[in-house]
Amino acid sequence: MSEMRKVVIDPLIDNNPVTLQMLGICSALAVTTSLLPALLMCVALTSVSALSCAAISLIRHRIPNNIRIIVHMTIIASLVILTDQLLRAYAFETSRQLSVFVGLIITNCIVLGRAEAFAMKNPVGLSFLDGLGNGLGYSLILLAVATLRELFGAGTLLGYSILPLTQDGGWYAANGLMLLPPSAFFIIGLLIWGIRTWRKQQVEHADYQIHEVHRTDVY
Amino acid sequence: MSDKKTFDRDSISNTLTVAIGLSLICSVLVASAAIVLKPRQLKNQEEYRQRIILEVAGLMEPDGDIASLFATIQADTVDIASGESVEIYLEKDGDAIQQIILPISGPGLWSTMRGYLALAPDGNTVKGIRFYEHAETPGLGDQIDKADWRNLWVGKHLYDDDNTPRIEVVRGFALRDATNTNLKYQIDGLSGATLTGNGVSRLVQHWIGPEGFGPYLETYR
Amino acid sequence: MEAYVNLFIKAAFVENLALMFFLGMCTFLAVSKRVETAIGLGIAVIAVQTITVPVNHLIYSYLLAPGALAWAGLPDVDLSFLGLVSYIGVIAALVQILEMTLDRYVPRLYNALGIFLPLITVNCAILGGTLFMVERHYDLGESVVYGLGSGAGWAIALIALAGIREKLKYSDVPDGLQGLGITFIIVGLMSLGFMGFSGVQL
Repeated sequence: MSEMRKVVIDPLIDNNPVTLQMLGICSALAVTTSLLPALLMCVALTSVSALSCAAISLIRHRIPNNIRIIVHMTIIASLVILTDQLLRAYAFETSRQLSVFVGLIITNCIVLGRAEAFAMKNPVGLSFLDGLGNGLGYSLILLAVATLRELFGAGTLLGYSILPLTQDGGWYAANGLMLLPPSAFFIIGLLIWGIRTWRKQQVEHADYQIHEVHRTDVY
Repeated sequence: MSDKKTFDRDSISNTLTVAIGLSLICSVLVASAAIVLKPRQLKNQEEYRQRIILEVAGLMEPDGDIASLFATIQADTVDIASGESVEIYLEKDGDAIQQIILPISGPGLWSTMRGYLALAPDGNTVKGIRFYEHAETPGLGDQIDKADWRNLWVGKHLYDDDNTPRIEVVRGFALRDATNTNLKYQIDGLSGATLTGNGVSRLVQHWIGPEGFGPYLETYR
Repeated sequence: MEAYVNLFIKAAFVENLALMFFLGMCTFLAVSKRVETAIGLGIAVIAVQTITVPVNHLIYSYLLAPGALAWAGLPDVDLSFLGLVSYIGVIAALVQILEMTLDRYVPRLYNALGIFLPLITVNCAILGGTLFMVERHYDLGESVVYGLGSGAGWAIALIALAGIREKLKYSDVPDGLQGLGITFIIVGLMSLGFMGFSGVQL
């Protein structure tokens, strides 16, 4: 039971796919201009991740080595197509905003990475939870970035006006940079700084030490 | 799992079984989903398109039923110079045409802008303009989507008395005093978004010119 | 011809797959530590992209699009939902061929790239290029130019970042930002710089 908890909780901060494992970054940056598409993306990715890890784990003893990657990709691609079809049927407008990024879940490193690293060596239940946990870790970062970008960039959250814009007679002069691509990079960079200041064990080792006196406590 | 000790996962038979079995299961799943959900998806696309057209025609009501609101609008096709057939929309009251709604598109600053232009039955006066797809700079170019700027278009004329396309987005403010005889062809530019404004000018001029709907609109004048 | 040059410039700079659309980020951040590896991977990506985008265009136009199978006497068939699977299949096959070619003829590059060569298969930039081509309905000529341009743009961004990171090795970066954090901030600044290309037209 505690192993199951660990598998789900770890990827939230201690082993976060985006800020530590460096996976799934593409969509973390692209769909976060507003909260609603980001939310849908999180749901889509978490479901695909959990289900594909479970499916791969189910047949893990039967998958031949020479077609291993293709088998993974087929399962993941089919699940993504299913998700895409469902989104177009039930959330049409937001799926238009997501455009190609739902399809890109196929190449999302989180899904393939966890399949290779975990699902191939662990039972179904645990693999499902691992996929779920990593999906949730990814969602945490995505939602944080999207909230900041939509709130400060457009003054709204989920379309509801929170900070009235000067264009609509309010007091908040929207920060246009937040709605442009570079801001996503800056926000994640700063988030990483914050997380690693809090959890010092995540700090990367520098290639060169500048001043020994200054840096004796980093190792 | 002890009875699987002799199981060779890399054997040809296993490879074929897994490959064929997986392909079958996945194709059935994916194809069924596509077929079952298709009618709903088509309905969504249709409703979305109709909603955009209603908004440009000024007929959209927030809680209204789209199908019934769309009842006054008929589709028609127009052949343009390149030989292509383009679908346009006419708001009709019985047999009398109330509005002509034309699809327009063209390059903006970042990517293609797509929208509709609504005209009065004289084929010259603008009644509305709306871009439903664009990727213009937030806060600057994306003002083309805001009601304030769109309202500037209402009442403007596309052509002058010699049937030359004259409408344009100017730089800065269009002079509103009596010396400016061209005011009815001019729309204020967007500060900080000159290129977006130019893009809008160019694409509107293209579509009302000889390569677009120019010949078609002449029949109304 | 002018349209093609404009398309190339747009694909490589204004709509840079790495810096504007954030595609291929995982490999982008991982391989950008050394300029040599970056150049090798960049060339591989350009090669794969230039071939897969037109090939996928042909598959889409003649097999998958609604009405595409008219030449086989099946005008009502719409197989576009199989798009994603087909494109990734083509990409995987092509990368496999590239791997075998490099292993045979340029073993040094093959060894230098290591695991990142097969990872081109799941590089979102490759699949993304194809998906954009489908979304924007490019024809065959435009697909070739777009493949070349978008691949080149991604490679340029990668090599530029590698150059900057190599210089940055000697900087005093705060502990929390070391490695991944500062890289994100640099890429953000590069992205801001590339936005200056907007509106460039010949």
